[in-house]
Amino acid sequence: MSDLRDRILIGSARERGAARFRRWGLIAVPLAAILFQVYVRRFSDFVAYLELPLLVTVYFALLRRSQVAGIFIGAGIGLVQDSLSHQPLGMFGLIKTLVGYFAASVGMRFDVDQVAMRFVLALFFFIFHQFFYWVLARALLGQQAVFDMQQTFFAGLLNAAVGIALYYFLDKLKERA
Amino acid sequence: MELLNRYRNVTVLLVVILAQLVLLGYQVRSGQDVRLIRVWAVTAVTPVAKVIESVRSTTAGWVGKYIWLRGVADENKRLRAETGKLKLSNQYLESELQSANRVQNLAAYQARSPSQTALARVIGTGAGANSRVVFIDRGSHGGVMRGMAVITPDGIVGKVIAAYPTASQVLLIDDPTFAAGVISQKHRVRGTVRGLGQSKCMVDYIQNEEQVDPGEWFYTSGDDGVFPKGLPVGSVAVVRPGNPGKQVFLVPSGLQGGLEEVLVVLEGVHQPIPDQPLANTAVRLQPPPAEAAAPLPGPGEGVLTTEADRLRARYQRLGQAQGHKFGEGAPGSKPPDFNLNPDEAAARGSTPAAATGQNAAPAAPQAPGAPAAGSKPESAPGPVQETPKPSPPPPRPATAKPPNP
Repeated sequence: MSDLRDRILIGSARERGAARFRRWGLIAVPLAAILFQVYVRRFSDFVAYLELPLLVTVYFALLRRSQVAGIFIGAGIGLVQDSLSHQPLGMFGLIKTLVGYFAASVGMRFDVDQVAMRFVLALFFFIFHQFFYWVLARALLGQQAVFDMQQTFFAGLLNAAVGIALYYFLDKLKERA
Repeated sequence: MELLNRYRNVTVLLVVILAQLVLLGYQVRSGQDVRLIRVWAVTAVTPVAKVIESVRSTTAGWVGKYIWLRGVADENKRLRAETGKLKLSNQYLESELQSANRVQNLAAYQARSPSQTALARVIGTGAGANSRVVFIDRGSHGGVMRGMAVITPDGIVGKVIAAYPTASQVLLIDDPTFAAGVISQKHRVRGTVRGLGQSKCMVDYIQNEEQVDPGEWFYTSGDDGVFPKGLPVGSVAVVRPGNPGKQVFLVPSGLQGGLEEVLVVLEGVHQPIPDQPLANTAVRLQPPPAEAAAPLPGPGEGVLTTEADRLRARYQRLGQAQGHKFGEGAPGSKPPDFNLNPDEAAARGSTPAAATGQNAAPAAPQAPGAPAAGSKPESAPGPVQETPKPSPPPPRPATAKPPNP
């Protein structure tokens, strides 16, 4: 029990913040995720179920293990995503700000390098993201949006699976301090 | 301040969320967009998207053009097969169209013919190598009986020698056992046409004293009880005297152009022999030769074809040289001297008309070294005979042009 707890929870300050991402990657990866959302979606409807900016937000928030950094990463990616959408600015920004904050909070307490943990977090934050988007759309914009829990769940599974592969690829771009 | 530091993260979260809420609320309430942020985002993203699209289209084009060329080979093969099928289909349709035209002609003939006829299609030939027998697709169920005549609008084809329920056997006109009574159109010579097993038929029982012209048409005489009178049989190709009778060879008109559809005469009506040759007989005329298409040369021009033309040209030259206009002189006036040599007369006595080219005949061939007509403009007008010693022609300037003929 103690081993499992040690494996899941971060046990030392050495591990905390040990991973750093290459500086160009901090700009290029979110930009690539947003481009993917904007550009690749033209060629396949299947891609519409993927929320790569969210996955990237979660990844960077978990990686940075800093709530403030998670807030700004989430807000930045969300606002850019808002800018390229037809919605008022702030919808994705608000949600991804919250996602970044909570993901960073989780990253501070858990060892998020494990595949299972990443899968669960990606699934959870996807559902969280969709749910809050639905809430904001109804509450702030007055839209008659529909929240389909089953569809959201399966889309979350898909995003989590894609997220595992994406995180594996992004881990290769990390540089160890 | 210490409180803020203690709850720094939450504070930052609240500030950021509050700022975005204000931004969102401003947009919703005012209905206006914060264009500046969008411009920044679009300006940052679209150039990259443009580059990616360029790379993608180039790559996709290259892949589509070169990597997937094996698909083009398969497609080429498929298209060739499809083209072959279409060619076959086209040939079939053209054949059907020609058949429809033939049937249309037969139907038109059927409508204007007084005899009652039935349309039939040739479906086969006899089994023998020299067989001059065909099968048609109409038999006794269709009213066909043995001994009925088979014709086309061009002429007689043969006669039914066997009628089966669904088909009939027709003996063609060029079979050696075929015979039918015929009569010539022009001289009304009677005979019996019979086949020779070749493309021509022969008309027997014509005496040598009787006249038959090549090209003359023979029609059925109605004497045989098979063919009604007045149906075309063929035109005479060869006529020669023979023993015991004249040998007359016909080209059977009913078998020309292939045999696809025929008419079976169910009830024949005799018709008179037409006085004029068949109007609908196609005659092929050779196109005129190229030189014949050009305008014919006038008298004195080019090659004269007859002696009369040469004589006419000679007289015209003599009259021109002597200042005589044919058809204008009064009776008893002096005619031109037709015994002179035209070249000499032209050299000796040129008239003003000849010098100026008025009423000049077309250029005549001149002997080498002979002076041209009209090369003496200073000579006085008058008959040539009155100038027994003509003055020599003056030296021609180097730049002088030959007279206009």
